[in-house]
Amino acid sequence: MAAVESYPDDLKYHEEHDWARIEGDEAVLGITWFAADALGELVHFEPPEVGATVKKDASYGEAESVKAVSDLIAPLSGEVLEVNQKIVDAPETVNEDPYGDGWLIRIRMSDPAETDALLDVGAYKQVLAEL
Amino acid sequence: MSQTLLRTPLHDRHVELGARMVPFAGWEMPVQYEGVIQEHRAVRTDAGVFDVSHMGEIEVEGPQANALLQSLLSNDLDRLEPGDAQYTLLTNERGGIIDDLIAYRLDACRYFLVVNASNRETDFRWLKEHEVRGSEVTDVSSEYALLAVQGPRAIERLGFPAAKAFTFAEDEIDGVEVMVNRTGYTGEDGCELLCMAEDAGTLWDAVLARGVVPCGLGARDTLRLEACLPLHGNDIGPETDPIAAALGWTCKLEKEFTGVEIIRRVKEEGPARKLVAFVMEDRAIPRQGMAIEGGGEVTSGTHSPTFDVGIGMGYVPAAQASPGTELAIDVRGKTRAARVVKRPIYKRED
Repeated sequence: MAAVESYPDDLKYHEEHDWARIEGDEAVLGITWFAADALGELVHFEPPEVGATVKKDASYGEAESVKAVSDLIAPLSGEVLEVNQKIVDAPETVNEDPYGDGWLIRIRMSDPAETDALLDVGAYKQVLAEL
Repeated sequence: MSQTLLRTPLHDRHVELGARMVPFAGWEMPVQYEGVIQEHRAVRTDAGVFDVSHMGEIEVEGPQANALLQSLLSNDLDRLEPGDAQYTLLTNERGGIIDDLIAYRLDACRYFLVVNASNRETDFRWLKEHEVRGSEVTDVSSEYALLAVQGPRAIERLGFPAAKAFTFAEDEIDGVEVMVNRTGYTGEDGCELLCMAEDAGTLWDAVLARGVVPCGLGARDTLRLEACLPLHGNDIGPETDPIAAALGWTCKLEKEFTGVEIIRRVKEEGPARKLVAFVMEDRAIPRQGMAIEGGGEVTSGTHSPTFDVGIGMGYVPAAQASPGTELAIDVRGKTRAARVVKRPIYKRED
């Protein structure tokens, strides 16, 4: 079952509908409920390689539904430490639990100061309101 | 150029049901209600209903109607009795496919053609230009609505008697008169219900009240692709011939119709390219326009909800067309393996 719409307070957001959970010098990345709903049920996740470098505002992978392909935009720069294998095997987990089991990758941030440029939940909801 | 999108008589019902509406062939159509995969499964396991009122209906009548259509359509209309229908092609002088359609024989002097929404005007113009004395071609699309009710339990839920595929009969549901066409575009049993446009709402409500699930164009596309039914504009078109598209069975080459001499020659010499169905071996989803190594191209691709794997159709050089042949597809810069399979990818159990 698809999750109900929500945007947790403890996350940082990127206006391309990606979220980051900051944990020390690491960050866990995923896509927001809005992005998952707009795309429809995910059927394919094309992840980056572990060890690859991701760059803020650039694509690090792809998410696909039956009808569409969407670039995954990195909210932060860093090195990929881990890919959520569960999403490779069962991509619909993103629709079911976008902020929990539906996380996509974990990175080590190369420039933690970049987090200052991300949106808090209020600012992200404002972005959604203006769509 | 922006253009106002047309709406079917069921537009407001789709919006009320929470459908996501998208532009399609000049129409505003529901692409999904609850979700493409759920709707796909409803049709494979039970019954789903699609509003396909955007499709065109053209009537051809008169003492010369048969002769006119026999000279323009690839299949042999004389094999039909009144009450029979036939899948057939409207071809051009190059042997290409202007449209694929279903012809219904009402009686010896009256035929009904159901054509693709995107080709309605082209088809009508073509037929009108070729009209002869004693034949009258009329575009009656706006008078009718069309609902496709598809799935193993579709006929049972609607309470219709058993009937053969590609036949039609008049019937009635909740007081609405319908023509029940035993045709479809999903690979399942079912029917397409033609009614007067003003009755569409009542008919739709009656179908939903019988437990049939509303389905959008998203599921229509995954269903038809699993069943390897070609989509005009993707897999076939004015520049593709029926032989390469594996539609030779719809062409009666012993009769005369537009472009037949070219189609005869392709049949004799063998087509350079062939339309094949394939299943991905690597985890990836093929999409229309992707290159297939060796000179081929994907014409339709999606994720198969039934088999949970990427599937598609595409043209490949004839040497690569046998089932079992491995294909390499360029998925946005990455080479992904696929294998040619026998059509259809999905076949229902009888």
